[in-house]
Amino acid sequence: MTNRVFNADSVPVLALGYRFQWEPMQDCYVLLYPEGMVKLNPAAGEILKRISEKKQTVSELIAELKVAFDGADLDDDVYQFLEEAHGNDWIRAE
Amino acid sequence: MATTGSEQNKAPGSTGGALGMNVRDAIRQPLWLLAELTYACPLQCPYCSNPMDFAKIKSELTTEEWIDVFKQARAMGATQLGLSGGEPLVRPDIIELIRAARDLGFYTNLITSGIGLDASKAKAFKEAGLDHIQVSFQASSEDLNNLIAGTDAFQHKIEMAKAVKAAGYPMVLCFVTHRQNIDKIDEILDLAINLDADYVELATTQYYGWAMHNRDQLLPLKEQLVRAERIAHEYQEQQKGNMKIYYVVPDYYEDRPKACMNGWGNVFLTVTPDGTALPCHAARELPGMTLPNVRDTSVKEIWEDSNDFNRFRGFDWMKEPCRSCDEKVKDFGGCRCQAYMLTGDPAMADPVCSKSPDRHVVDEAIERGRRESEKSTEVAKPLVFRNPKNSKQISGF
Repeated sequence: MTNRVFNADSVPVLALGYRFQWEPMQDCYVLLYPEGMVKLNPAAGEILKRISEKKQTVSELIAELKVAFDGADLDDDVYQFLEEAHGNDWIRAE
Repeated sequence: MATTGSEQNKAPGSTGGALGMNVRDAIRQPLWLLAELTYACPLQCPYCSNPMDFAKIKSELTTEEWIDVFKQARAMGATQLGLSGGEPLVRPDIIELIRAARDLGFYTNLITSGIGLDASKAKAFKEAGLDHIQVSFQASSEDLNNLIAGTDAFQHKIEMAKAVKAAGYPMVLCFVTHRQNIDKIDEILDLAINLDADYVELATTQYYGWAMHNRDQLLPLKEQLVRAERIAHEYQEQQKGNMKIYYVVPDYYEDRPKACMNGWGNVFLTVTPDGTALPCHAARELPGMTLPNVRDTSVKEIWEDSNDFNRFRGFDWMKEPCRSCDEKVKDFGGCRCQAYMLTGDPAMADPVCSKSPDRHVVDEAIERGRRESEKSTEVAKPLVFRNPKNSKQISGF
C-alpha cells in the first residue's frame, strides 16, 4: 500500500458530491454520487454512517464503534477501510 | 470486518458515454430514472440524441405528473434521477421538481447546457437539494463551441461552470467529442484544469437522432482517435487524485459492442416530455414499440409488464451470432437501436461487433466519414442543426 492518508487525529469526511443514505429497496446503506451508486456491506455502512453524521477524528470514530460493537478489536479494520475508501475517492481527510 | 461494498452501475448519462455499469442484479429495479422534462432548448447541437421529430411533441407532463412519476420510480428503488431535456432549465417549475425529488431521497442530477443558469439559481437549486450539475461544453475554443452549438454561448458556460463550483457542487463537465473538435482534446482538458473541474467526461458522440443524421460530418477518423486516446491517458495519469477523466472510444472503432443501458429494461428508465416511458432515450424510433405512457399506466406496470420493456430482456430474443455467444452476458448483444438503424432489424447483433455479419455497414460508415472529411468545406455536406424548423422539414409534418 502507498502512504497512509489517515492517522488517529485525521478527520475523515465524505468527498464532495457524495451522499450516504439507507436504501430500503436495496436493504443496505449506499453511497450516491454523480450518476452512480455504491452498495455498502454492513461494516462499511456503520463506518460511513458515523463519518457522514458528524465530524470527528479517527480515534473518536473508533472509540464510538467499539462502544457500539462490544469493545471489538477493530482498529486495523477501520484504518484499512478508510484507506480503501479514500482510494475509491469516497472520503477525504479534512 | 470485511471491507468495501460493491461498485455498482455508473449509469449512462445523456450521452451514454464513459460511465459504464457492471453489476446485473438478480432483482431488476429501475435504478436510474432519466426525466426528459422538455424538448425545448436554446441550443441547436447537431449531435443531439433527441428524436428527429421532437417538434411534434407539444404536451409536456405537468409538475404534479412529474412528481408522481418520481414517487412511483422511487418506490420501486430508483436512486438516481437525471433531470434532462432538451434544456431542463426551460421548465419554470424546475426548482419545485428538484425539491420534490430530493425530498423523496433521489440523488438529483441536473444535465444542462448552462444556458438559463446563473449564480443565484445554482445556489437556490442547492438549497432545494440538488446534488449535482453537469454542464456540457461543445468544444474548448469559443469559435468552435459557438459554431457547434449554433449560438453564442461559450463565455456564459465558463461563468456557469465557475458558479456551480462556487455554490458547493462538484464540477462535472461533459465535452461531446467528434471529428470537428476531437483534435482539440488537449485544449479541452487544459480548460477543465483551469476551471478546477472534479470530473470530466469526454463523451464520444453516439450516432442516434440528430447525430445519426450528421454522422458523415461527425465520425472521427482513426488517426484522430489514436492521438486523442494517447493525450487523454497522459492527462489521466497527470491528474490522478485531482480530476477524474472519463474517456471512451467510440463504439464504431471497437470490435465488441457496448453493454447498452446495462441491458434492456434492466436498470434504466426514460420518461420523455409527453410521458412516454422508454427503456432508453433512443428507443422511440424502433418499429413495433407500444410506447406506454405514464399518464395512463403506472410505472410499475410499464416496467414489469409492458411489451416494450420485456421485448429485449434476457437472452431469448437473440439471434445468431449472439444467441450462442458466451460474451452475451457481458454486452447483451449491444445496442438495439443501433442494430435497427444499421441492419433494419432490432434483434440482430449490434453490427459494431466483429462477429456480426453486418460489421461491413460500420466500416462503410467510417469510410464515408473519411471521404467526407477530405472534401473542402464548400462541397462537404453541411451540418444539420437541431431546431424545430429542421425537425419539421426532415420528419415531414
